[in-house]
Amino acid sequence: MNRTINVSVNGKRHTHEVEPRLLLIHYLREVIGLTGTHMGCETSLCGACTVEVDGKAVKSCTMFAVQADGTEVLTVEGLAAPDGKLHPIQEAFWNEHALQCGFCTPGMIMVSKQILERNPDPTDAEIREGLDGNLCRCTGYQHIVNAVRTAAKAGV
Amino acid sequence: MPVSSIVKLEKLVGKRLRRREDPRLITGTATYVEDVKLPNLHHAVIVRSPHGAANIRSIDISKAQALPGVLAVYIGKDIVGVGTVPCGADLPGLRRPAHHILAQDRVYLVGHPVAVVVATDRYIAADGADLVEVDYDVLQAVTDPEKALAPGAPSVHPEWPDNIAFTFHQNGGDIDAAFAEAEVVVKQRITSQRLVPNAMETRGVVADWKSNDRSLTLHTSTQIPHLARTLLAGMLGIEENRFRLIAPEVGGGFGSKLNVYAEEALMGWISMQLGLPVKWIESRRENFMVTIHGRGHVDYLEIAAKRDGTILGLKLKLIQDLGAYHQLLTPAIPTLSVLMMPGLYNFRNIQAEIIGTFTNCVPTDAYRGAGRPEATHGIERMVDILAAELNMDPAEIRFKNFVRPEQFPFPTATGLNYDSGDYANTFQKALDTIDYQGLRTQQAEARAAGRFMGIGISTYGEICAMGPSVATPAGGWESATVKFEPSGKVTVLTGTSPHGQGQETTFAQLTADELGVPIDDIVVLHGDTSIVQYGIGTFGSRNTAVGGAALFYALQDMKEKVKKFGAAMLKTDEVIFEDGHCLDPKTGASVTVQQIAGAAYRGIVIPKGMDPGLVVTKFWEPPNFTYPFGAHIIVSEVDPETGQIEIKRYVAVDDIGNQLNPLLVDGQLHGGAAQGLGQALWEQGVYDDNGQLVTGEFMDYTMPRARMMPWIESSHTCTPSPVNPLGVKGVGEAGTIGSTPAMVNSVVDALSPLGVRHIDMPMTPEKIWKIVNGSKA
Repeated sequence: MNRTINVSVNGKRHTHEVEPRLLLIHYLREVIGLTGTHMGCETSLCGACTVEVDGKAVKSCTMFAVQADGTEVLTVEGLAAPDGKLHPIQEAFWNEHALQCGFCTPGMIMVSKQILERNPDPTDAEIREGLDGNLCRCTGYQHIVNAVRTAAKAGV
Repeated sequence: MPVSSIVKLEKLVGKRLRRREDPRLITGTATYVEDVKLPNLHHAVIVRSPHGAANIRSIDISKAQALPGVLAVYIGKDIVGVGTVPCGADLPGLRRPAHHILAQDRVYLVGHPVAVVVATDRYIAADGADLVEVDYDVLQAVTDPEKALAPGAPSVHPEWPDNIAFTFHQNGGDIDAAFAEAEVVVKQRITSQRLVPNAMETRGVVADWKSNDRSLTLHTSTQIPHLARTLLAGMLGIEENRFRLIAPEVGGGFGSKLNVYAEEALMGWISMQLGLPVKWIESRRENFMVTIHGRGHVDYLEIAAKRDGTILGLKLKLIQDLGAYHQLLTPAIPTLSVLMMPGLYNFRNIQAEIIGTFTNCVPTDAYRGAGRPEATHGIERMVDILAAELNMDPAEIRFKNFVRPEQFPFPTATGLNYDSGDYANTFQKALDTIDYQGLRTQQAEARAAGRFMGIGISTYGEICAMGPSVATPAGGWESATVKFEPSGKVTVLTGTSPHGQGQETTFAQLTADELGVPIDDIVVLHGDTSIVQYGIGTFGSRNTAVGGAALFYALQDMKEKVKKFGAAMLKTDEVIFEDGHCLDPKTGASVTVQQIAGAAYRGIVIPKGMDPGLVVTKFWEPPNFTYPFGAHIIVSEVDPETGQIEIKRYVAVDDIGNQLNPLLVDGQLHGGAAQGLGQALWEQGVYDDNGQLVTGEFMDYTMPRARMMPWIESSHTCTPSPVNPLGVKGVGEAGTIGSTPAMVNSVVDALSPLGVRHIDMPMTPEKIWKIVNGSKA
């Protein structure tokens, strides 16, 4: 039996009828059409699908769309300002070469935002601990750590 | 136009420029295969074998077919007129099992595709796949290559009961004389375990057949768009020029997408059957099961030396776990190990034997380093074992045996010709950076205090810039097109297929410098066979060293062309081209390349013997491989209570020749080192005796995470390669090759007071704890 959900995604309100089994990531990607959030493992172990739901980072591959009913969801597409000005974490990822193939990057950026919101001045060890739920196969993480540190210095 | 008005543009090659690819990637607006949407797109889900070996008694697809939303269900016997999955490697006497895109009457590995369900929606397709009932007669599997070679082992393919796909022998010099002369011989069995490449983007295909045009468009996550098109066109019986293959944004490959897979042909075939676009996206679980694995070696090594540490020769018996089939390069990968087996050392006697062995596992194939990490691990471990046997310092024994600078070009015992290098200089820089002597003093103190501190050295070499065509199955050249558009903007088409390496940036840097145009006026395109001239693709650290060199030569041809147009416009015979202008040295008059581009397309002034337009295409054949090298040193400490290994310092000095963009070089080295440390410490593709992949998800397969990685102190020496005009060598695999033996040597060194001589990878805490505590007991 389909259910009606109301979700705000990147500040825009949406109402859809969805199957209860529809995953949040598929709702975002296929119903809303925002494909920046990536499915990397389907088991919440890689973090490529990380989005914010009511301000908390969650892995959208293991949350149903119906669980997001009435929430505010933020995806990587919602980070830059309406005029296109990048979020400081996006800018830091760019400047520090914190991405190569880019597939894990939307999740990395979303979790980095959360790391800095919880701790605006983290040590390198704290940054690495905060990134623990997100896998990157390209960078060896060193430039991602640099990017989070740089963003912290910029006062995100 | 007076000379003084010419604005010199800043030279960009060698600068740490941030990437031009990144804006789309950091905003979530890039298009990977899964993001491709087409009208009336249908979705496929594949039913796969849960058994390592079984006969298929029957398949009942009726319930799946009856499910609303399911369009079609296909099984092996439905697939008519499609070729088998190709293997490009050719070895004498190679046994080639027919690799059908869906199983016929038998399955050979867990994950073997048995049926495919096509539906209007991915969830319905998955429901349909659950309704396919397959009745299996389960057979005994064999997953360990040494067990597969034992008499009486189950046969992976009944037609070849010994499970041997091929044997390969290569000898160089006089191995018998070397071993006869030897004052010391040490032997060791060394394994390089199966690894799962795990690109963060799994594979995926969108196939779109247009019957009225008889044309197929295939979006697939690949490193080799043109080669894949050629091979898939052959499998599907489609003309290549009616087959457009697009590698859109590709989310990592590491060799696992240097291949042609059953699913690519299967989706093409389904789209042709149904006349509809079809999408298949590999799940992570499938990626573990059916995308190629790497490594899979059991090596028996013997090294012969004099008492003063001079190495005389090396013997290798290499048992390669091939898996159940040959993928594109499966049997060729261990031959690269043989080529690389002498490492950086000056000895000329080798003997190698490869036994390519079938197992009921997914095929092994190229994974970052592809044969060279295994070889490097072998020689670097053997040199340490030899040093221990001779009670020599592992640094000293390396210095004693390095190929010396005056010996280049250096012909190796395995038939290579090392291009350039100064191995001792690079190694000394690494030793100085980490304060090697100071560390040995610290280590003595640590040992006196009962602590297990280790210093591990790896001095590695590798074969890059794959490669001369004679050494490759499909051509080893690369191509580039440079086009001035009439407005003076520049489009570069590269035959390489970058997927994270950053050539949209580095190739634009090179183009900007050579043509004297602003980098923002340059666009680099790749990965679409309908846009880009034929190319070989991205693997084997070849993008810059072969593709960049092709681009360099195309740019030189373009400059000659521009000069001819410039001279015609200035009504002179000879012009100087610099900073984006053609200048008449006699009059001081000049025209810009933008003016020249406009004129070349307008066609009013056409120089004698020239045609209108301003386009150059260059195919470049490299004369040799390149041979990057370096020294990695890791300081570690083992906690005897927990078996945990702490990496205290990681120093890497790599010589990759010249660098177009050091920021991107750093990224390649860090990522490579992470994968190498992953092998040394955590990663392992484990099959049980029934053929189940027990490390088949991220929960069980330990990927390096941020908190597990050390800080890598990376620096360089530079001996430019004489093989290509850029002097570059390649950096994609260096970190992976250098890191692994450094890590293992470090931990063996830490535990050497316990009499430990060798530890097989991965060096998990459990394994280390058992070694420490077992030896105490």
